[in-house]
Amino acid sequence: MRLVAPETVTFTQSGFCPGCGHGLAVRLIAEVMEEMELSEKLLAIVDVACGSLNIDSWRFDTIMAAHGRPIATAVGVKKVRPENPVMAYIGDGAAYSIGMAETMHTAIRNDNVVAIVINNSLYGMTGGQCAPTSLPGQITTSTPKGKDPKKAGMPFRVDQAFTGLDIAYLARGSMADAKGMMQSKKYIKKAFEKHMRGEGFCLVELLSPCPTNLNMTPVKSVERIKNEMIPFFPLGEFKDKKEEE
Amino acid sequence: MAKVLLKGNEALAEAALAAGCRFYSGYPITPQTEILEYLSWRMEEVGGEFIQAESELAGINMVLGAAAAGARALTTSSGPGFSLKQEGISYLVAADLPAVIVDVMRIGTGLGDIAQGQGDYWQLTRGGGHGDYHTLVLAPASVQENADMMAEAFDLAEKYRHPVLIASDAAIGQMIEAVEIPEFKEHDINKFDWTIKGCKKGTEQRKIQNVYYTHPDYEGYLTEKYRQMEQEQRYETVQVEDAELVLVAYGISSRVCRETVEIAREEGLKLGLIRPITLWPFPVKAFEEAKAARAFLTVEMNILGQMMDDVKLAVGSGYPVDHYGSIFEIPESDGIIAKAKEMLKKEGK
Ligand SMILES: Cc1ncc(C[n+]2csc(CCOP(=O)(O)OP(=O)(O)O)c2C)c(N)n1
Ligand code: SF4
Ligand SMILES: [Mg+2]
Repeated sequence: MRLVAPETVTFTQSGFCPGCGHGLAVRLIAEVMEEMELSEKLLAIVDVACGSLNIDSWRFDTIMAAHGRPIATAVGVKKVRPENPVMAYIGDGAAYSIGMAETMHTAIRNDNVVAIVINNSLYGMTGGQCAPTSLPGQITTSTPKGKDPKKAGMPFRVDQAFTGLDIAYLARGSMADAKGMMQSKKYIKKAFEKHMRGEGFCLVELLSPCPTNLNMTPVKSVERIKNEMIPFFPLGEFKDKKEEE
Repeated sequence: MAKVLLKGNEALAEAALAAGCRFYSGYPITPQTEILEYLSWRMEEVGGEFIQAESELAGINMVLGAAAAGARALTTSSGPGFSLKQEGISYLVAADLPAVIVDVMRIGTGLGDIAQGQGDYWQLTRGGGHGDYHTLVLAPASVQENADMMAEAFDLAEKYRHPVLIASDAAIGQMIEAVEIPEFKEHDINKFDWTIKGCKKGTEQRKIQNVYYTHPDYEGYLTEKYRQMEQEQRYETVQVEDAELVLVAYGISSRVCRETVEIAREEGLKLGLIRPITLWPFPVKAFEEAKAARAFLTVEMNILGQMMDDVKLAVGSGYPVDHYGSIFEIPESDGIIAKAKEMLKKEGK
């Protein structure tokens, strides 16, 4: 077990709430970059949502793009600098709501970029409104009586929606415990390996706690991932296109 | 290079490549589609990247990424599509990023129609997106200028690290004229240190984000930046010195007005023309030449006479300012002269 964070984690005063999953993802990505010796090459594009705080939490050249557009922005970056690893880092609201067209079409084109999607089942930055990933009955600030699937639909599952597309990689990990973290890290690493081989679009969704907007302690919010989110959002690899395919 | 016959849109596309542009993403909309179609095959030939984006929103945000990565990046649109680009233009401005965005104007509000128009003047010059900004706006009046202004637009964009808009229209985009494409220039994506390229250990991380978060004197910085950009006024004047009434027109309308001045002078009516080449900054300096003027008339392909606001600001309250508008068609000299006479009569000629 390593106790030293990668050099690219800055430890400047962080804006993340205690127990937030974004900080965990920062560390996982930084570790993968260090292990793959890509730390000096990664070009990151973050959304304006809570993940925007990453720009100060890591030491990668980073663009803070418009809400929902980081994947499109990443495509532009990758075309200009094809040798560099290029990653869009965005929330579930950004990826599956306002930026769904950009996410979907990047997948349709199988553009060679990595997308890390933080699924915390709500809009964190704006105070916990309902997202396409919110669970049935979930109390949010815009569904005070609980999310009604008849009105707002069932939680959006990228593993159901995107597996029919010709993409390189699709996986979902959890950041609720050490085992989930190790698994998630493997998925992130695999995505970057495929990316560096030029295989195409790689999306890794990470189930992530947002204690603040769930009105829970950090411990309760990770328990919720295990007990309530995973039944809706199965973990695993859903698409793993082989090189020769 | 020899002169060739090209459509305005194609000349603009080829000239963008000559200016070192190697990234384009756009979406089809008439009357700019020939730019997209031309670059769909031509960009590859010069080793650049072309993407037909899923929407104008995606297109402009791809441009933002390409610009941040160091490319000379271009997107083009018209009317409804240009509106969708506004979010990205505001973000480009906020993050001090250079890029060139072309609006081949069509007529009308909402969907409008595909005929030439000049109804986006306010959107172009006032900062069409949210927030507190202007962009430099260049207005070509011929196919040759469509070509010549591309290099200038990219140079200005880099000089100020700011998006530059080109205000073309359906007439200029669609017409065919003889044009000389400027010489090809190479652009180095590593020309500037601020572009993202990977952060070497022990060096400072590059952050492309709203300058507001990082600049110690954001207000002072922007005030000075816009003060400098305001010096970039470009214009042409035609017989303004002794003109009793000065026409003010840009783009295709200015070409008609050039002829109008000649015809009117043959009749003994002293007209002159101020043709703004930059719409923002508006060329207020040009109005100093109008020493004999008693009235000003804008000639624009819109109903509300959008440019009158700027003319009034330039000349002050002492002069009548009116508008000759034409929609669905390019303005005609007869109508302009009649309107000019009417204005001067009111002024007691
Ligand atoms: C065009 C636009 N609409 C809305 C917003 C406000 N906004 C900022 S972040 C956000 C939601 C963030 O949710 P998510 O993408 O899930 O990220 P999280 O904060 O949960 O990590 C919203 C609605 C915005 N910045 N821009
Ligand atoms: S609001 Fe939620 S997602 Fe945002 S920083 Fe706080 S815990 Fe993290
Ligand atoms: Mg979220």
